Amino acid sequence: MTMQDSPIKFPPAVDERHGQPVAEFRALAGNRPVVWVELPDGSTAWLVIGYEEVRQVLVDQRFSRAAAVAPGRSLQGTEMFAAGSINGIDPPEHTRLRRLVASAFTARRVEALRPRVTSIVDRLIDALLDGRQPADLVSGFSLPLPVQVICEMLGVPADDMEQFHTWSDTVMGDWERDSDIIMPALLDMYGYFARLIELKRAQPADDLMTALIAARDQSDRLTEEELTMLGCTLLLGGHETTANQISLSLLVLLDHPAELARLRADPGLIPGAVEELMRYVPLGFGLPPARMATQDVRLGDLTISAGEVVLPLFAAANRDPSAFSDSDRFDVRRAPANHLAFGAGVHHCLGAQLARLELQEAFLGLICRVPGLRLAGPANELRFKPGMAIRSLCELPVSWDEQ
Amino acid sequence: MTHWIVNVDKGTCIGSAVCVGTAPGRFALDDRQRSGPVATEIAPDEAVRDAAASCPVEAISLLDADTGAPVDLD
Repeated sequence: MTMQDSPIKFPPAVDERHGQPVAEFRALAGNRPVVWVELPDGSTAWLVIGYEEVRQVLVDQRFSRAAAVAPGRSLQGTEMFAAGSINGIDPPEHTRLRRLVASAFTARRVEALRPRVTSIVDRLIDALLDGRQPADLVSGFSLPLPVQVICEMLGVPADDMEQFHTWSDTVMGDWERDSDIIMPALLDMYGYFARLIELKRAQPADDLMTALIAARDQSDRLTEEELTMLGCTLLLGGHETTANQISLSLLVLLDHPAELARLRADPGLIPGAVEELMRYVPLGFGLPPARMATQDVRLGDLTISAGEVVLPLFAAANRDPSAFSDSDRFDVRRAPANHLAFGAGVHHCLGAQLARLELQEAFLGLICRVPGLRLAGPANELRFKPGMAIRSLCELPVSWDEQ
Repeated sequence: MTHWIVNVDKGTCIGSAVCVGTAPGRFALDDRQRSGPVATEIAPDEAVRDAAASCPVEAISLLDADTGAPVDLD
């Protein structure tokens, strides 16, 4: 295997419709698992696309998140937000914060929410079926489901959900183009949480924000700033990702009618299908969350030198043919147990079990209760929000068979 | 000096590897990406306690080797 003579430009200018052109990177890289890339600011980094290598970068603590987003580093997009959050720190600081929230998101605690999630799904589908066709599935289903679930968990009043979505939409948007509106949106959200915390201090409730306030006030396990940022991060992390995973997954299912028919015939396949959808649907866009080597580390057949940046591309790992046979084929019966859509290591998605639950219940509802669910227009006319950190549909017009 | 017995329920483990990053050198993934302790009997270690408390599927158990009682994760 020969070294690359020059770095490949990354991220490439591509259409949000298709996500990262993973097969293209693989070809350009001569099937190397780690590719030398040039970033928009002119710096170079290692783009990691092999399954084993992505996993190593995520798990091996010699690849540091904190160093990658440290002050003085040129940060782009949502990395500027991540730098001040739980996503931008390493153990042991990370462990202290993660432990405070981990118990609320375990499989067992999340499973207890299933009846509530089922009832939210049912209510949204009732409203959809009572309404006019075509209907927008983004505003009528994909978005309100995760927003309502995370708001109820945190204890954010339902009346404020709309406002939250506006902030989230802005913060997850194009930081290059819209930085003058993103910073005020972030400050507004931060200010909102600071006020909510005061409110919950005065009137404690059975919710996660109240529990975190107790961890601060009774045992001083986090600072006021950490508490406020944690609220912002949980709310942001809890909805745009899940909402778009629901919409983009439905697009994939509608594009694979035989697979969809299998799920209709046997809804018991849905949990496995959700894992395959997580593997198959590339959600992230633009730059993946960077790590910096804190010492020389062997990665694949390369040595990453201390101070160099690596970018683990989850979507590429999930399509690596050495990890998943016939990896570009969508197969609901594959039910992959080891995909990397939620990452791995200490930053493994805190909300993974909750996202799984929401996706399972969402597809159980859409597949079993909405007969003949289909796109109400050509798929190639769907519009995506420009410059978002994740692939984000503006609208998803659908229709169905009237009963 | 008491010891802890570390166990990972491989049937419950989802391979998130939160434990491997939280307590370096204490847990390792097998070739199916399921975690297990590097050593099953260890001296008390706060990082291992952190890992058990942070596991998203509560697959890690810690027992006091002398009494057999579960180690408090708080």
